[in-house]
Amino acid sequence: MKIANGLAGTIAGMFVLFASVTAWAAAGQPEPWQITLQDPVTPVAEFIGWLHNFLLVIITAITLFVLGLMLYIFVRFNAKANPVPSKTTHNTFIEVAWTVIPMLILVAIAVPSLRLLYLQRDIPVADMTVKVIGNPSWNWTYEYPDLGINDDGSAKVSFTSYLKTKEDAAKDNVPYLLATDVPVVVPVNKIVKLIITSDPEGIIHAWTIPSFGMKIDAIPGRLNEDWFKATKEGVYYGQCSELCGKDHAFMPIEVHVVSEADFAAWAEKIKTASAEEARDYLFAMLRAKGQLAQN
Amino acid sequence: MSYATAAHDHHDLPSGWRRYVYSTNHKDIGTMYLWFAIISGLIGGFLSVMMRIELAEPGIQIFTGLAQMAYGTPADAALDQGKHMYNVFVTGHGLLMIFFMVMPAMIGGFGNWFVPLMIGAPDMAFPRMNNVSFWLLPPALGLLLISMFSEGPAGAFGAGGGWTLYPPLSTTGQPGPAMDYAILSIHLAGASSILGAINFITTIFNMRAPGMTLHKMPLFVWSILVTVFLLLLSLPVLAGGITMLLTDRNFGTSFFVASKGGDPILFQHLFWFFGHPEVYILILPGFGIVSQIVSTFSKKPIFGYLGMAYAMVAIGVVGFVVWAHHMYTVGMDADTQAYFVAATMIIAVPTGVKIFSWIATMWGGSIEFKVPMLWALGFIFLFTIGGVTGVVLSNAGVDRSLHDTYYVVAHFHYVLSLGAVFAIFGAWYYWFPKFTGYMYNETIGKVHFWVTFIGVNLLFFPQHFLGLAGMPRRYIDYPAVFAGWNHVSSYGSYMSAFGVLIFLYGVFSAYAKKQQAADNPWGEGATTLEWTLSSPPPFHQFNTLPVIK
Repeated sequence: MKIANGLAGTIAGMFVLFASVTAWAAAGQPEPWQITLQDPVTPVAEFIGWLHNFLLVIITAITLFVLGLMLYIFVRFNAKANPVPSKTTHNTFIEVAWTVIPMLILVAIAVPSLRLLYLQRDIPVADMTVKVIGNPSWNWTYEYPDLGINDDGSAKVSFTSYLKTKEDAAKDNVPYLLATDVPVVVPVNKIVKLIITSDPEGIIHAWTIPSFGMKIDAIPGRLNEDWFKATKEGVYYGQCSELCGKDHAFMPIEVHVVSEADFAAWAEKIKTASAEEARDYLFAMLRAKGQLAQN
Repeated sequence: MSYATAAHDHHDLPSGWRRYVYSTNHKDIGTMYLWFAIISGLIGGFLSVMMRIELAEPGIQIFTGLAQMAYGTPADAALDQGKHMYNVFVTGHGLLMIFFMVMPAMIGGFGNWFVPLMIGAPDMAFPRMNNVSFWLLPPALGLLLISMFSEGPAGAFGAGGGWTLYPPLSTTGQPGPAMDYAILSIHLAGASSILGAINFITTIFNMRAPGMTLHKMPLFVWSILVTVFLLLLSLPVLAGGITMLLTDRNFGTSFFVASKGGDPILFQHLFWFFGHPEVYILILPGFGIVSQIVSTFSKKPIFGYLGMAYAMVAIGVVGFVVWAHHMYTVGMDADTQAYFVAATMIIAVPTGVKIFSWIATMWGGSIEFKVPMLWALGFIFLFTIGGVTGVVLSNAGVDRSLHDTYYVVAHFHYVLSLGAVFAIFGAWYYWFPKFTGYMYNETIGKVHFWVTFIGVNLLFFPQHFLGLAGMPRRYIDYPAVFAGWNHVSSYGSYMSAFGVLIFLYGVFSAYAKKQQAADNPWGEGATTLEWTLSSPPPFHQFNTLPVIK
């Protein structure tokens, strides 16, 4: 029974895996056997990718240097090759060298690292704002205050985005545990500011899109802010990144970056229609242009 | 003189359960710590293998079944209980391995056994407090195990907040008594460690043999000295933090309740003010152990002894001012993060000094590749890998992408599972002849090493890839694209678990064969005081204090 379940799971998994490769090989989600960061689509993510690669070169060189020294020692200074041990215990030059050189390397890392940090945390003047609220029932609520405010101060456009079930994901040919029923929609090449919080009586979540190079905690009683400027249209996925209880693995994030015109059309639609209707309206437009796979 | 000796000789040797339950002997207490650590390690290891079986394939495989088996959960509720149970396992694995395996093994076990022997002291300064330190731990472990079977969130069993216990998940998120049991368990384990820390500080400062100046102490003793200072200074902060959790949970306070003027992030600052020194508490004794082993089997004194000792002091000091690098994504402003980036990077310098000094110690040596040396060499290389990924993570900008992903899991298992645990196994084989009086089997030890070495690398190296690709940690289920590396990682876990069986068989066979070990089985390289005593040492040693020239 358990084995049968496992087998069925494996086959289903392989199917989803295969399907996802064929239909969604674009940026915005991981690929099987991936060993690198996801493809960047914001200036911040590009900088992260560059800095990570820079660091990878340095740390690989250091690791190989240590490994090389160790291997040399194993050959040269094993008991057979070197029966009489030396008694050297000090060498001022080398001790100063292995203190100062790592410091210089760290300075070389710190300069671009701090530039990246300030690029991330100095929030630029935004073109639009999206408010993100992590809910205790393991899903995300999104509000678009720019699209109108009600008399009580709440945003007119507000919807909650749930995990797309396994069956629906398979039917729509989208990756299970990444896809949501109603995605976030933002325009391309615009600076989008995110205001992020969690339900006041809720728990901490974290909102992230790997391709955007951003991740920020959603904390009850706090308004966090972050930003991104996606430079490529497409579908981008993320997952909750702070342990939040039993359904931590089941509250994905899906963002559609679309052209300014498409965004304007979607925004007009959602002002009067439900989030689902606006989604279907947008998807139909994108499919007509061949920008979204047929389901 | 004769009077004093006679008085000592009249100490009777307690036998049976009294010898251990009433024990004031540092060696017996050390032995109990070691067995305690092995038992906790087996439980914690079992939890981790269950998690890896679960993660071997996408989808939920075993935890619904486990929930039905362990808690008798009805089938329709088993999925939710199973998902929570996974978090309980994550939490239990972390707490067990940290508080009940690594710390008891390194500080309570090897520290108790060998600090007095290495400084030429007859026992610890406060033998009865030493007894209390140990005997607080079994009830603490008991509370943690009870917690796994008590109600956590409404209708589900166990505390599943992660070892970090962040509120509100650990307060309003899990109102049942499971979390209270877990918190009390940590309170007891913390009290045990604080008492132990006081004992070690007093012992090392006051009971060194004549001529054993601080600058002549073996590096293992230095490492324990720095470690217990970290314990003494950081654990009260944890105790305060989790006490505030308890009062928030039970007595209506609102330290961490945002809607009542509190702040959930305050707990994270308190926790990591303890938590970051804690990770050095886990690894520093390993530094000391590796120094002893490398020096012994290279037949050379440690290269740059003072640099090695003060590098540990530096790591300890700086380790107290870097805590918020665990919190880069909570929304701190750029300047605060910039400080923590800079401070964290600095730690790479003394750590580098240690790695290079070990290499320089071996340079020109006459190295014998006995089992303890294999573990020490494994430690140096794997700790280097864990260290350099730590430098990557220290950059807040890059950590934005890697925080709370499997990259972090890979990083801290390289420094702890492949660092601290390798040091523990090295110490076990290094001192096994001394503390049991029996020689272990060299071949079994080597097989144990190689199976573990390959297993843990297979287990943890692919997790770097998963993290880079964006897989978050503490997930019971994941998108199918992550299946490949997870599958490899799980096989590594099974292989490592098999390594543990080889270890247990090696221990069993050493006790069965009873091959008498020499007082100093390692030869000219082993220069510390414990090797001048018999194997095993007498029940009371150094009735006449040794004089160090």
